[in-house]
Amino acid sequence: MHLDHTHSGPVALSADARRPDGTRRALRIGLGGPVGSGKTATVAALCRALREELSLAVVTNDIYTREDAEFLLREAVLPPERISAVETGACPHTAIRDDISANLEAVEDLEDTAGPLDLILVESGGDNLTATFSKGLVDAQIFVIDVAGGDDIPRKGGPGVTTADLLVVNKTDLAPYVGSDLPRMAADAKAQRGELPVVLQSLREETGVRDVADWVRARLADWTAPA
Amino acid sequence: MSRAALLVLADGRFPAGGHAHSGGAEAAVRAGRITGAGELAEFCRGRLHTTGLVSAALAASAALGMDPAGLDAAADARTPSPALRGAARRLGRQLLRAARATWPSAELDALARDFPKGAHQPVVLGLAARAAGLGAADAAYCSAYESVGGAASATVRLLSLDPLDATGVLARLAPEVDLVVDRAVAAAREALAEGPETLPGASAPLLEILAETHAASPARLFAS
Repeated sequence: MHLDHTHSGPVALSADARRPDGTRRALRIGLGGPVGSGKTATVAALCRALREELSLAVVTNDIYTREDAEFLLREAVLPPERISAVETGACPHTAIRDDISANLEAVEDLEDTAGPLDLILVESGGDNLTATFSKGLVDAQIFVIDVAGGDDIPRKGGPGVTTADLLVVNKTDLAPYVGSDLPRMAADAKAQRGELPVVLQSLREETGVRDVADWVRARLADWTAPA
Repeated sequence: MSRAALLVLADGRFPAGGHAHSGGAEAAVRAGRITGAGELAEFCRGRLHTTGLVSAALAASAALGMDPAGLDAAADARTPSPALRGAARRLGRQLLRAARATWPSAELDALARDFPKGAHQPVVLGLAARAAGLGAADAAYCSAYESVGGAASATVRLLSLDPLDATGVLARLAPEVDLVVDRAVAAAREALAEGPETLPGASAPLLEILAETHAASPARLFAS
């Protein structure tokens, strides 16, 4: 323990688990994945599932509009001061991986203005199968793909599918209509990911985002457990 | 000074947020003012001799050890567009984070305390150069080159311009970058003796106007 250490400035650096005032910062979970796979819908569902039990906020990384942030505002999943949009200059993966400075400003500002927070969800702009979050920005990441994007995506792998802490295969209700083979997707994902978890979900069915919300709760329990 | 430290600070991959900004190029492309490499060259030349010179002189002044608060106020006074002032402060805050992690220094810590929401980027750049053991000319080179380099790389993305043509534009501007840096350093030395009000105030009104249009646009790729 170093309770009496002095901080030379007000800015926390990247992955520091503590804020400049010494308190533990919020857990940060990234959500990435291809365009249209259901990242924003999953974020909205998570907010609805968790907002009564946790203090949470969202950072969106839109590609050329504020549509994702505005969708969340319109759906009123959180009060407006808990939703922040980052502009990414035509390269969403740069802002979540190579140069995370704008996203770090956004998460720190949210903690300053809406805090104290338990959880911040950082949603990437829709990108490709190689887009992953920097460990300097998030503590865990979810990669969201969907059955309509092609049932060969788990087999193809790539850093998102292979290394994300949780893989979500979304829109399972559409599988019969687009000819996607769900058992094959699950088996391919298992082969790519070994012990890392996979959730197959449909937000249109009753269970909805339940499994992903449970996974987030477990990450938060790990984060807040005394070291 | 270390030439290698200059390369680190000037590297376009230095993680300080520049990738999300186009230096006004996106607004100029939308307005039909940049359609190819020839117009990109003219656009960059205009930026270099206006905002490029002002930024380089501010960066050189900060690198010489002038009071950052006075330089920040001078930068405000030379940036009519509120959108550009906001962008400069956001980029300054992002650069300060990267610089403090890369070259820890008491001066950078003090700047973070005095400007929690960010000082103008060229002022931070000059202090970052100082923390890296670099001089006024190095800081001016970073700033002057950045004033054209960001616009060129953004235009490659915006117009699908041949990247070799864009790099050629920058290479042919190099002698003019040298001249602007000389003027910026001379102006900084004068300001050190006379005060920041003597710093250059060259301005490109259309850049300021288009920056406001851009900030109000509902759909854009770049923040500025």
